[in-house]
Amino acid sequence: MSLLLDLAFLLVAAAGTSVVLNRDAIGQALALAVFGLTFTVLALVLQAPDVALSMLVVGSAIVPMLVLLAIASGRKQSPEDTP
Amino acid sequence: MNRAARIAVFAVGALGLAIAFLLAFDALPHFGTESHPYGDRSVRAAVAQKTSNVVTSLAFDQRGFDTVGEEFILVLAVLGGTLLLRAREDEREDDSDDAPRSPEVADAVRLTGYLAMPITLLLGGYLVVHGALSPGGGFQGGVALATAIHLLYVAGDYQALDKLRPVPLFKATEAAGVSAYVAIGLAAIATGSAFLTNVLPLGSYQKLASAGTVPLLNAAVGVAVLSSVVVLLSEFLEQTHVVRAEGDA
Repeated sequence: MSLLLDLAFLLVAAAGTSVVLNRDAIGQALALAVFGLTFTVLALVLQAPDVALSMLVVGSAIVPMLVLLAIASGRKQSPEDTP
Repeated sequence: MNRAARIAVFAVGALGLAIAFLLAFDALPHFGTESHPYGDRSVRAAVAQKTSNVVTSLAFDQRGFDTVGEEFILVLAVLGGTLLLRAREDEREDDSDDAPRSPEVADAVRLTGYLAMPITLLLGGYLVVHGALSPGGGFQGGVALATAIHLLYVAGDYQALDKLRPVPLFKATEAAGVSAYVAIGLAAIATGSAFLTNVLPLGSYQKLASAGTVPLLNAAVGVAVLSSVVVLLSEFLEQTHVVRAEGDA
């Protein structure tokens, strides 16, 4: 059990680091989704299914969608800034 | 104040905060101990109220008043988003059918989106209805339902999504959900108890009709959260699909 917990913590740390190190806007949104997924796994291992469900629906579905939509509308309004 | 002085002030404050933080951490029980005084009491209270899901019992029964605040925070956040994304004078909305359609998506994505939508709808409804019995609740189920509706957009069909969710209807149901929560709380006053007391019959443990007002409050929160997320996402989607700056074709 403790090994699983350590593994879950390490996965969350790695996913969080990948969000920060990702400099591309779309890549960051996808990294956020993966981070939400690893956090869900951590919450499950800590026996908190309600927290896991909340983190899954908000962190892996809604937040990346909002970020991607904001990027798309920003690109639309200033097309000369696109890479 | 020049930059060096600002950094010095910040360093003093940060050092004080770090010391206080470490001292507080030291005084906490260690990770993974068996001592849970609040947990013992709240589980006992939840079982006495015939609610299997202790977290839902805490959110809607033992600390129901905090959830009223949370609902209003959600409504305020959506209101703020709507205000920020309103059309300016130099923008106009372009609803015509010859507006650019969504880009073509891969067939696999389209099929997965169409298949996953009814499954996710059912899951979201299950989470809301069984909030008092199994892990889940009004908030998780509401967001899952909103995600299910937007799977239509993920499958590449913004037109279908737009026809399926009339935004004025969802703005009305958002208000109705929050009002229903407060109304149920006020109804408790009518029976002589305090605001948001659990006054309905508690039923039998682990049956669908149990835990008094908790399933009703769950349904109200589910409707409110579903509508809030749909309205918020519709504002963002309009930015990318409908609103055009002045001077565009």
